[in-house]
Amino acid sequence: MSEVAELVKEEKKSEPLFSKKNRKLLSNPLDADNPITVQVLGVCSALAVTTQMKPAFVMALALTVVTASSNLIISFMRNSIPSRIRIIVQLAVVSLWVIIVDQLLKAYVYDIWKQLSVFVGLIITNCIVMGRLEAYAMGNKPWPSFLDGIGNGLGYGLILLIVAFFRELFGGGSIFGFKVFEALGIQYQGNGLLLLPAGACVIVGLVIWIQRSINGYREAH
Amino acid sequence: MDLINLGIRSIFIDNMIFAYFLGMCSFLAISKKVKTAFGLGMAVVFVLGVTVPLNWLIQEHVLNPGALAWLGADFQTVDLGFLQFIVFISVIAAVVQLTEMVVEKFSPALYGTLGIFLPLIAVNCSVLGGALFMVGKNPPFTFAQATVYGLASGLGWMLAIVALAGVREKMKYSNVPAPLRGLGITFILVGLMSLGFLSFLGFSL
Repeated sequence: MSEVAELVKEEKKSEPLFSKKNRKLLSNPLDADNPITVQVLGVCSALAVTTQMKPAFVMALALTVVTASSNLIISFMRNSIPSRIRIIVQLAVVSLWVIIVDQLLKAYVYDIWKQLSVFVGLIITNCIVMGRLEAYAMGNKPWPSFLDGIGNGLGYGLILLIVAFFRELFGGGSIFGFKVFEALGIQYQGNGLLLLPAGACVIVGLVIWIQRSINGYREAH
Repeated sequence: MDLINLGIRSIFIDNMIFAYFLGMCSFLAISKKVKTAFGLGMAVVFVLGVTVPLNWLIQEHVLNPGALAWLGADFQTVDLGFLQFIVFISVIAAVVQLTEMVVEKFSPALYGTLGIFLPLIAVNCSVLGGALFMVGKNPPFTFAQATVYGLASGLGWMLAIVALAGVREKMKYSNVPAPLRGLGITFILVGLMSLGFLSFLGFSL
């Protein structure tokens, strides 16, 4: 216990809360190190909840909370977790947070909770959460780990909102439930293809194409 | 007949990948070679086939409201539904760990081909997703239905990953624009394949 307290104190002494390094933890996952388009983590839910912007937004929020708080807790415990059973310890911590988030959503935004159905529960096995726990929180101090969780949650949310924007606008003719085309006085027949799984995959593919044309990231094959 | 119908539905129409995008992470990461894809697919079929009926038993006899009545009258009103996630994931992790140990002990050859994928399956969304979908079915599944559903969902997942791996093996010979290579073109491929699977809609025996 005293060891943890010491670590926190030491960290406070050595650098300000939002040093340059810590700000990078927040901004990197938005583009160069994006969880979905670069690290290929958490793709399942990114495709499934993006038919409309509202659930996409709530899902991104839920995931950010879960990632950041599990990162924080695992980072506090990182020196006392035996490596053989670390996966199950991580799963236990993550599912604790998911249960809390799930109950909160059920209590306050029931309609959206209903729409997200099993995907809130599936945050437990969302690769972003597990991936960041393994890759970052197991080897870093609590505060940077917390920021890393927030950053990755935001990077995930960014892609989710971009995909949901196109799917809802062209698939249903609205944004956040607001009928854009109707308000502009244009007759628009929603394109059902975008609401299907196929449309989501193609849009994510195109987003990756655009992003990689800009930042020059290349894969061999 | 009902069971065969459910099986066919789960493989082709409610396909884990093409209809629900479950298990996409390992689906995208481990679909470069048909052989490894097949190995992972077999492991998923096995784990889904075991954990879905197991979780069905737990849901039915422990988690449902009033399910604990067999412990005595005091437990008649207990509802442990909120523990669902943590119980399901523990069961899955335990089954995966157990399978790994058993396979390692009794069949080193199979362990060699399957071994590295087994720990990955604990965090494959399709396994937890299968269990959660099974609970949400209306009318509720019977034990036999849950077993068939688990096995068939796994088979559907395997079909999808082997098919994608086959296509990706041939992709090497085509001239894809450089920024689209790798992940980008794979996503578009999955989209096109999912369009193909749409043609199974409304298909029943």
